[in-house]
Amino acid sequence: VIGVLAAELVPAAATAGLAPGIGLYHYLLVSAVMFGLGVVGFLSRRNLIIMFLCTELMFQAVGLALIAFGKFHGNHSGEVFVIFVLTIAAAEAALALALVVLLFKRRETLDAQAWSLLKG
Amino acid sequence: MGVMAQSVLLTLAGAAGGGDAGVHPIADAVAGPWWISLIPALPMVAAVVCLFMNFGRVRSKAPAWVVVSLLAAAFGITLLGFQQWNSGDGSPVVVKAWDWIHASWGGGGDGKTFVANVSFYMDGLSWLWMLFVTGLATMIGLYASEYMAGDKGYARFFAAFALFVVSMACLVMGDNLVLLYLGWEGVGLCSYLLIGYFYQKPAAVAAAKKAFIVNRIGDLGLALGIFLIYTTFGTVEYATLFALVGDGHAPVDVAGNAVTGWVTWAIPCLLMLGAFGKSAQLPLYVWLPDAMEGPTPVSALIHAATMVTAGVYLIARMFPMFAGLDGGHFALSIVAWVGTLTALLAATIGMAQFDIKRIMAYSTVSQLGYMFAGLGFLTTTGAAFHVFTHAFFKATLFLACGAVMHGFAGQLDLRKLSGLWSQPGWKIVTLAMFIGCINLAGVPFTAGYFSKDMILAEAFVTPGKAAMGWILLATAGLTAYYTFRVFFRVFVGPVHFEAGDEAHSHGDDDHGHGHGEEHHHDPGQHGDHHHPHFHPHPPGWAINLVLATLAIGSVVAAGTYFIDKDHHGWVGGLLHRSTASYTSPYGHHDAAHAMAVADVVIVPVADAHGGEAVAEAAHAGAGGFLGMDPHKVMYYVSAVVGLIGILTAAFLHGPRGLGGLLIGNRTEAATSRADGLLPMLGPIPKWAQHKWYVDELYHAIIVAPLWVLSNIFHLIDRVLVDGLVNVAGWAPTALAKRMRVTQDGRMHTYATGMGVGLAAVLIVVLVVVWSTGGNG
Repeated sequence: VIGVLAAELVPAAATAGLAPGIGLYHYLLVSAVMFGLGVVGFLSRRNLIIMFLCTELMFQAVGLALIAFGKFHGNHSGEVFVIFVLTIAAAEAALALALVVLLFKRRETLDAQAWSLLKG
Repeated sequence: MGVMAQSVLLTLAGAAGGGDAGVHPIADAVAGPWWISLIPALPMVAAVVCLFMNFGRVRSKAPAWVVVSLLAAAFGITLLGFQQWNSGDGSPVVVKAWDWIHASWGGGGDGKTFVANVSFYMDGLSWLWMLFVTGLATMIGLYASEYMAGDKGYARFFAAFALFVVSMACLVMGDNLVLLYLGWEGVGLCSYLLIGYFYQKPAAVAAAKKAFIVNRIGDLGLALGIFLIYTTFGTVEYATLFALVGDGHAPVDVAGNAVTGWVTWAIPCLLMLGAFGKSAQLPLYVWLPDAMEGPTPVSALIHAATMVTAGVYLIARMFPMFAGLDGGHFALSIVAWVGTLTALLAATIGMAQFDIKRIMAYSTVSQLGYMFAGLGFLTTTGAAFHVFTHAFFKATLFLACGAVMHGFAGQLDLRKLSGLWSQPGWKIVTLAMFIGCINLAGVPFTAGYFSKDMILAEAFVTPGKAAMGWILLATAGLTAYYTFRVFFRVFVGPVHFEAGDEAHSHGDDDHGHGHGEEHHHDPGQHGDHHHPHFHPHPPGWAINLVLATLAIGSVVAAGTYFIDKDHHGWVGGLLHRSTASYTSPYGHHDAAHAMAVADVVIVPVADAHGGEAVAEAAHAGAGGFLGMDPHKVMYYVSAVVGLIGILTAAFLHGPRGLGGLLIGNRTEAATSRADGLLPMLGPIPKWAQHKWYVDELYHAIIVAPLWVLSNIFHLIDRVLVDGLVNVAGWAPTALAKRMRVTQDGRMHTYATGMGVGLAAVLIVVLVVVWSTGGNG
């Protein structure tokens, strides 16, 4: 499936003035790989800080894809959007780390499994 | 008030414009003095005061004095108003208290109005009823002040007692059918409250419910009748209504259209059903004997003298509907037969009872049967005269029985009491009882004799009613027998008494027959069934005074027969100036007067379809009693029948000696000559004692099927309806039980779920894109 998309997008990338041999496809691939790593990391790790870092990884993957699309379409709104997302992510990172510190103080562990009070 | 009367008159003029100026037996109403409104208002004040005394736990006799004094005042006002009305020209007096219901709707030529005010319509019928209702209520209230003494519910009793008088005044005085219905239901409610007065006694509660439920059937008829009157005539106000139906022309509605068709017999039949329920006629009489569970003053006032005569009042008040609208007298012929058969049936049951209060109850049913028969024979005068005399002598009888019950700790079994005359303190009771008995038995020159004769004679005078006349004549004999059976067993003969159940229950809330402190017994001193220390408790001054007054009243009532002979007695004179005197519009009013006992005669009636005349005009010539004039011969015949009944009672139950008229031979309380002769009749006495199994029959054909049906519905409700509701509650619970395992509270489970969901959506999207060729 991804191959089909790439076949269509690579020639278009050339015309958009990107570096020769590197098209939108490559950026999207990197973005998808980063996102996938983030998801796998989030699901497989139990350390709250690592899980938080994985969400940051997914954030950046999405940001990369947005910039790539923006460049591809010659439209700057993708980049603007990413700048907003980064700003909010910075604030959110501070908040999330503070939460992690508080959670650690309560349980003396960073294991996400320690918090399962909301079960049905 | 003036405005009211004026508007009525205007309506009359508008409505009657189409009719000719024929006979006007029902006079137009005129405005009356405002203080007539005090007749229902004063008892209402008494009821409210007693209610607060009940909440305030008043333990003195204050409630009784409030009620008796205010009822006496109401009686005084009634007398005053009656005097003023009586000296006038006899037109109905209308007094408007306030606007109650005044609704208009629809426009143009189709507009309708509904007016029902709190206003009072006083004609001869209303005055007669109000005179004996307020008068007897005052006397019986005085009696009850002693009778109910020491009971915890003293104030509650008098509150309901006064409310009853208010309701009865509404019923009788109201100038429209809605106010009548309000009073009708009000007396039913008070009857219920007072029958169930001893609410800790299961029999009293059952009797109260029975009275209320049986009355529902009749009240449904009355309600439907009122609805039908409104939809037919467009008004429920007497003054307007009787101008439409009782003004000497063919019945018309407010718009002037002729009223014909099925409503002409349906309206009287529905009203009649209401009357049957309230006045305990076949097939709805079964509640009245059971109503004797209430305190005896209640039995005397409500269930003998006043409330049960409301049915007679209704038919007399609505007589233009029965005799004018219902030209064929279809409803009245049913009324006549039902009254006759009720009189006979109740008398036969009364003969076989041993409870003296029950005997009086069946006697009341029987006498009410006479009144209905009288209405059926078109002698509203006879019926109302019998209501009037019966009110006095039956109240006397009940109150005498109540004094016995009061004095002998609730003992009412005539086999366990004997020789009251010979015991100290019972002379007045015995004499009062004797006067009541001779009235009920129809001994010559008593009030009951004249009033019963008027009905009997009319039965033989009216063509086609002779069979009923014979039945009623036989019933008169039975009446004399069962009445004097009580008298000869209980009031004369050897002294003997056994105390009733209440001798060892002093202080219990469920008994109203406290005996005063001086007669207090220690329950431990005697056994349950023997009362070696029991002393009878002769009545005090209040009971004796009331009994003496009512006994004298019963005697004096006979004298009213000789006043106003033109109209067959004082009562007839009153009835002549009321709606009950309505003569069919197509008749010869003046000619009929000369020959009829009653003001109302059967006259040729124009049939709605063909105008053919029914040849019943030959009133005096057609009827007869063995070829003689019933009006004359009935005086002797009924006297002889009554004396035969009394002598039979003396022979079978009379004590040895003069007390038993020298033909009796009873020497002890429990047995009499009758006991030796009863086996000759086979099982009949037993059947009569069991009230011909009518209660059992009703149970089998009405109660039991309804019980089965209600159980079936209960099962359906339990299984089907409850089942559906329970499934609706159970299904989400069961589903949630399965689903809750996914909610384990762990972040990874949820994240995995999100990831899998996202992947699934992604795959679906890609598949769609793929299958549409990738050009979306």
